[in-house]
Amino acid sequence: MSDLVLVSSADEQDLRSGVRDMLAAECTGQSVLAFVSSGADAYDAKLWRTVATGMGLAALLVPEAQGGAGAQYRAAAVVAEELGRAVAPVPFLSSAVVATTALGSSASHELLGRLASGELTASLAVPYGLWSAPPLLSAQYGAVTGSVRGVADALGADVLLVPADDGLYAVESAAARRTRIPSLDETRPLCDLELSEAPARLVAPLAAVPRALRVAAVMVAAEQVGVASWCLDTTVAYLKERYQFGRPVGSFQALKHRLADLWVELTQARAVVAYAVADLAAGGDDASVAASLAKIVGSEVAVRAAEECVQMHGGIGFTWEHPAHLYLKRAKATSVAYGSPDRHRARLATLVDLPLEAS
Amino acid sequence: MASVMTEADLRARISAFLAEHDPAAAAGGGDADRLAFLRARFDAGLAWVHFPAGLGGLGAGRSLQPVADDAFAEAGAPDNRPGRIGIGLGMAAPTILVHGTDAQRSRFLRPLWTGEEVWCQLFSEPGAGSDLAGLGTRARRDGDDWVLDGQKVWTSMAHVARWAILLARTDPDVPKHAGLSYFVLDMTAPGVEVRPLRQLTGEAEFNEVYLTGARIPDAHRLGDVGDGWKVAQTTLMNERVSIGGGAMPREGGMIGVLAAAWRDNPGVRTPGMHDTVMRLWVRAEAARLTGLRVRQQLAAGAPGPDGSAVKLSFATLSQQISAAELDLLGDEGLRRDSWAMGRPEEVDFTGRDAGYRYLRAKGNSIEGGTSEVLRNIIAERVLGLPAEPRVDTRVAWKDLPR
Ligand SMILES: Cc1cc2nc3c(=O)[nH]c(=O)nc-3n(C[C@H](O)[C@H](O)[C@H](O)COP(=O)(O)OP(=O)(O)OC[C@H]3O[C@@H](n4cnc5c(N)ncnc54)[C@H](O)[C@@H]3O)c2cc1C
Repeated sequence: MSDLVLVSSADEQDLRSGVRDMLAAECTGQSVLAFVSSGADAYDAKLWRTVATGMGLAALLVPEAQGGAGAQYRAAAVVAEELGRAVAPVPFLSSAVVATTALGSSASHELLGRLASGELTASLAVPYGLWSAPPLLSAQYGAVTGSVRGVADALGADVLLVPADDGLYAVESAAARRTRIPSLDETRPLCDLELSEAPARLVAPLAAVPRALRVAAVMVAAEQVGVASWCLDTTVAYLKERYQFGRPVGSFQALKHRLADLWVELTQARAVVAYAVADLAAGGDDASVAASLAKIVGSEVAVRAAEECVQMHGGIGFTWEHPAHLYLKRAKATSVAYGSPDRHRARLATLVDLPLEAS
Repeated sequence: MASVMTEADLRARISAFLAEHDPAAAAGGGDADRLAFLRARFDAGLAWVHFPAGLGGLGAGRSLQPVADDAFAEAGAPDNRPGRIGIGLGMAAPTILVHGTDAQRSRFLRPLWTGEEVWCQLFSEPGAGSDLAGLGTRARRDGDDWVLDGQKVWTSMAHVARWAILLARTDPDVPKHAGLSYFVLDMTAPGVEVRPLRQLTGEAEFNEVYLTGARIPDAHRLGDVGDGWKVAQTTLMNERVSIGGGAMPREGGMIGVLAAAWRDNPGVRTPGMHDTVMRLWVRAEAARLTGLRVRQQLAAGAPGPDGSAVKLSFATLSQQISAAELDLLGDEGLRRDSWAMGRPEEVDFTGRDAGYRYLRAKGNSIEGGTSEVLRNIIAERVLGLPAEPRVDTRVAWKDLPR
């Protein structure tokens, strides 16, 4: 595992700058703020068309046989990070990563082709914070019944992938009652689902769910690295230009040292995420440990960076009009998503044989 | 006189007062009944007992105040809704008491205490927050008036305030601390414009306040011309004890919310979160007892830098505790009640939902002096460590780099 490549290739760097340039033009702090303030849409449909259809990024994890690029985890992580850096309100993580992975381990399916092209989006119908076995709905005679609370991005999804008694079922989202929840992170709104004998077809075994959650943990960690890096860069820039006491506030060591520590933590988070992504790309020998590690370290750095960003901006950082809060909310919500650091530490303890109980 | 009033004396006075003014009838009656009761309480010297006689007090020890507050609360008397008038009670009143003229004290203190008049604080500006003494709002003398021009920002409750305490620059040609004066501004005066400023919680508790030619009579100046910084110190020291320094029972405040979340949700308990909750519980109790001790010390004198320590640990703890609550609740914590832009009349740090508490707590380390500034105060004024070399204290304000 020490031969895994943890640095970006030239192609990955090109992809990164391509996505970053596109986002700089189409997804600014002000546009995300306007999106969140209106609270009308489930995601930014125009931006999603550019990401999915225009740049073909929804296909990265779809097998080649279904018209995808075939398990491009390294590329997907680059995209997740850049989208996190822009707090982009698009269903890349939920549809192109989580739902696609859940389907992708199953046999061929026309659904995958339509997800790859960006024509459809799908959402795995589990609570956003799920880290272990999903709650199961009941399946009978090709229909599912039950409810799920707090599902990410299900509001705008065309298809719901619902874990039920004997497998994962695809349900047209129109067949479910969806109630939008005012969510801490409105760039990735949650909704409650209620299904009452909704017509459904079996698309994958239930074993697809834990695998999808593992990939989710890694990719959300990549996103968190993006969140943290925006916060660090933005704060550094602000502290150079903000004057108090006749000098830039960035000249005060109390702030400088904290940002230096944050930078160190961020370099570690990058390494941990790069390792988890490289391991996935290589087939996942150490997948469980790597995913938990990434989710813990990513969550911690994102939350800390966002909290420091707000604090070091002073009053302006506490306002709605400054985008810092979008990052704070994304950071805190993603730290809960797919298992909090606390949950992953407990899991890690078992994986690396550091039990809690006295023997 | 302060040494004369005992707890027994005070209790006797309160009993006599309550025998004459039916607390339950006042609480159950209309606004006029409540107000009449509060005015009578003020006039009897039972409002803030450590204030002088005639100004709502009895010249008693500060430590007797909880005796009065508890006795009135137990009797079911209406209170002055302190959450609505925190800036008046915590900052304006002590400043007016120390620096005001007799006329100012008798005009302002009574309606301030009864809640008839809400106060706000026009200190911070876009260019002057931590470096408050660098502010640029100008006050120019014109006959018996001062004419104000400038912009204030982050002004909590300006949308409901009748009066403001305000710091302005009266002389730009001297070093910044020497050119400030302190005023009371009528928020209904022409030339005062209040615009809501939305916060990351979705609400607009604070505002931008634009001053264009607003006039203040010289009779509403607090302290001498050029002494504004000295007067402001009284306000700031009191602000720091008023944010997070209030008396509360064990598990009062944010830690009580976390403790309840733990008790009510057995399904989300983990060993890791248990450790976190217990550590925070201990810190919160230590902070609570420190507040109690500081208030007893304060009973003997005016608030000093100790208040900075209380406010600093309050801010840190409320952030850590509210974050832990979200961590504990997991999915359920990500659900908010609403993002609608409200214009609250009271600030409640522990209200609404876990998301609100987490977000609102972020302001605690910024409002009333940032945690960084408070650490500097402790390091320099308590510990006596040398200050950073200053480049900004000897130059005329108008020549400072910005
Ligand atoms: C919720 C809320 C309510 C408020 N209500 C009021 C109100 O009613 N009235 C009012 O007048 N003001 C109010 N304020 C304003 C508040 O007092 C200021 O925001 C605060 O003093 C910080 O000033 P600033 O925003 O300009 O930040 P800056 O001073 O620009 O600070 C930016 C960052 O630099 C740090 N920094 C600055 N100087 C130093 C230093 N010497 N050493 C180390 N670090 C430093 C700060 O701590 C901060 O992290 C409120 C603020 C908030 C958030």
